[in-house]
Amino acid sequence: MKSGLGRSRHPRKRGQLRASAAAGALVVTALISGIAIPFAARAGEWDFSGSIAGELRVFPNSPAFDEQDDTKLSPSIAVEPEVVYEWNGGDDRITFVPFGRWDAHDDNRSHVDLRELNWLHVGDDWDSVIGVEKVFWGVTESRHLVDIINQDDAVEDVDGEDKLGQPMLNLNLFRDWGTVSGFVLPGFRERTFRSNDARLRGSLPVDDDNATYESNAEEHHIDFAVRWAQTFDDLDIGIAHFHGTSREPRLLPRVNPDGRVVLIPRYDQIDQTSLDAQLTKDAWLWKLEAITRSGQGDRFFASVAGFEYTLFGILDSNADLGLLAEYLYDGRDEDDAPPVLTDDDFFLGARATLNDEQDTTFLIGGIIDRDNQSTSVSIEAERRLGEFWKVELEGRLFVNVDDDDLILNGVRDDDVITLRLTRYF
Amino acid sequence: MTSFRTRHPARHAGIASALAASLTTIAVLAPQPLSAETTEEKGLAIAVEADKRDLGWIDSESELNMVLTNRNGETSTRQLRIRSLEVEDPNLGDKSLTIFDHPRDIEGTAFLSHTKIAEPDDQWLYLPALKRVKRISSANKSGPFVGSEFAYEDLVSQEVAKYTYNWLRDEACGELQCFVIERFPVYENSGYTKQVVWIDQEEYRAMKIEFFDRKNSLLKTLQNLDYKEYLDQYWRAHTLQMDNHQTGKSTTLTFDDYKFKVGSKDGDFTSNRLKRAR
Repeated sequence: MKSGLGRSRHPRKRGQLRASAAAGALVVTALISGIAIPFAARAGEWDFSGSIAGELRVFPNSPAFDEQDDTKLSPSIAVEPEVVYEWNGGDDRITFVPFGRWDAHDDNRSHVDLRELNWLHVGDDWDSVIGVEKVFWGVTESRHLVDIINQDDAVEDVDGEDKLGQPMLNLNLFRDWGTVSGFVLPGFRERTFRSNDARLRGSLPVDDDNATYESNAEEHHIDFAVRWAQTFDDLDIGIAHFHGTSREPRLLPRVNPDGRVVLIPRYDQIDQTSLDAQLTKDAWLWKLEAITRSGQGDRFFASVAGFEYTLFGILDSNADLGLLAEYLYDGRDEDDAPPVLTDDDFFLGARATLNDEQDTTFLIGGIIDRDNQSTSVSIEAERRLGEFWKVELEGRLFVNVDDDDLILNGVRDDDVITLRLTRYF
Repeated sequence: MTSFRTRHPARHAGIASALAASLTTIAVLAPQPLSAETTEEKGLAIAVEADKRDLGWIDSESELNMVLTNRNGETSTRQLRIRSLEVEDPNLGDKSLTIFDHPRDIEGTAFLSHTKIAEPDDQWLYLPALKRVKRISSANKSGPFVGSEFAYEDLVSQEVAKYTYNWLRDEACGELQCFVIERFPVYENSGYTKQVVWIDQEEYRAMKIEFFDRKNSLLKTLQNLDYKEYLDQYWRAHTLQMDNHQTGKSTTLTFDDYKFKVGSKDGDFTSNRLKRAR
């Protein structure tokens, strides 16, 4: 629900373009310095793929706030091509993945981003990535707590799984005692927010053209991260530390020159140490993510812990049913740190995988606040059609929303059902 | 558009090797003169000899095409690459890495398996859209592999210790003469009560396998066809035809030529490297 908070009146491409330029510069530098010779010496191999998706979002209810358009049907189109060039027998690889969406109603959701533009080099017991890349850390399903390298592309969906490309220098060392990954992250990406008149914008508009930073270097602050990951039999574990600009902004109310109250994103400097672990025992997956963060008021602790249990071959069929339960805790002081939905919540979910030729799956889950029972429900169904198409149906429903629930109250009338048809090529 | 890319040998390993090893060979023992030998001992001896004849292949890789046919004759296809790494320890199975190229919506999905004998395998899945590597439960070896008529347990490496054995008879199988043995899964969550395997007496290759479900009814028949010999020792079937007698569905796997000893290393078959697999 991180994305539900804000809006902005201006379409903004500034951040994306700046980061793209930074990434481009990195890759060009890399090409000149290291890879030009092998590149020329041996012909490589090109691979083109990608997808184009048409999407129709249905908002059954009228919006809660006057400035929001009463849009019931909102179409959009998203394109994500992928170009890969490999040489040196695959030990060197350049990946280019631009992304663009054109949304009929939300100017901010119409946006372009550079998801990836990087050079990967694979060595014997190490590899490196230079350029814009996406990195995922974590094990839990209801919240991606430890996943901090990439900024949320929060206009895409409310599930926090869409990310903006992050410029980086990344070195990974593969050793018997684990994998160590180091990240230097130049070029911060500001979070995207929905337009003032758009659905799911939240109760107050966000003026994201006037974001402020704790660091004088603002978005040029260079962030660092390091992670160790290892597998011990049934246990997969990762420990990481991040130092730099918080991916989550605080949203500070201000009166703008037009006399309107708007929210200004404020990006603090933080230090965050995290642990993620999964214990795999037969049909049980036991999962834990935990962080401790300083830099936004008092140091605080947050965690997600739970399990996924799979019933295989239910009802004498090939289908599997996964049952998920997680408890979410977040001890932050919301006067000093960005508010979160999941301060003391339960997540319950079920995933049905039919294991059929079309890879049909269904997922339903709800995050329930333990204090006021405000609930955010997510429903997803997908199925392949033929060889190149996929159809998806998603619902995001906000149920039993308490008037005092800071985040959910802003989107209480923005239940949305999305039908998406994707063509892969 | 190239659907398969050339890969660097150093990064190849995993499911492929396990798949290759498992599908194509069954260890067999040169039958001893059998005065006091029981049928159980004879069955085991055949399995041990087949296994012995398939030792030392080190690693392999192949590309394969999978055609799924439903009872109405409608088909869908999968294309994948498999790399396998032989693990010498007889108490452990081989390692394999499977990478999907088609259908395009799962392109780049990679599956890493460390086969175990009597306990669940270690398995990881790489989901490219999220860049997420996920350790998955492998308790269910009997589940279908990507919607096909092959179960996971049909595709992972067939180590001797995974079954107990019983020799049934010798009989002709096509132009060859075969041992016919029963084998009973040791793994308690297997989807089968038993399998009946036809192994040719010349080269100890599994020519046909019948799978019996938990109710001991005939479920599926696998025919291993188009065998080719590599490195003057290792036989690999290049067409695997699996027919499900209960559903009327079938799956045909067609392998390209295998490459052996391509230089895969153990480190290539680790979860932390899975996200680099292509």
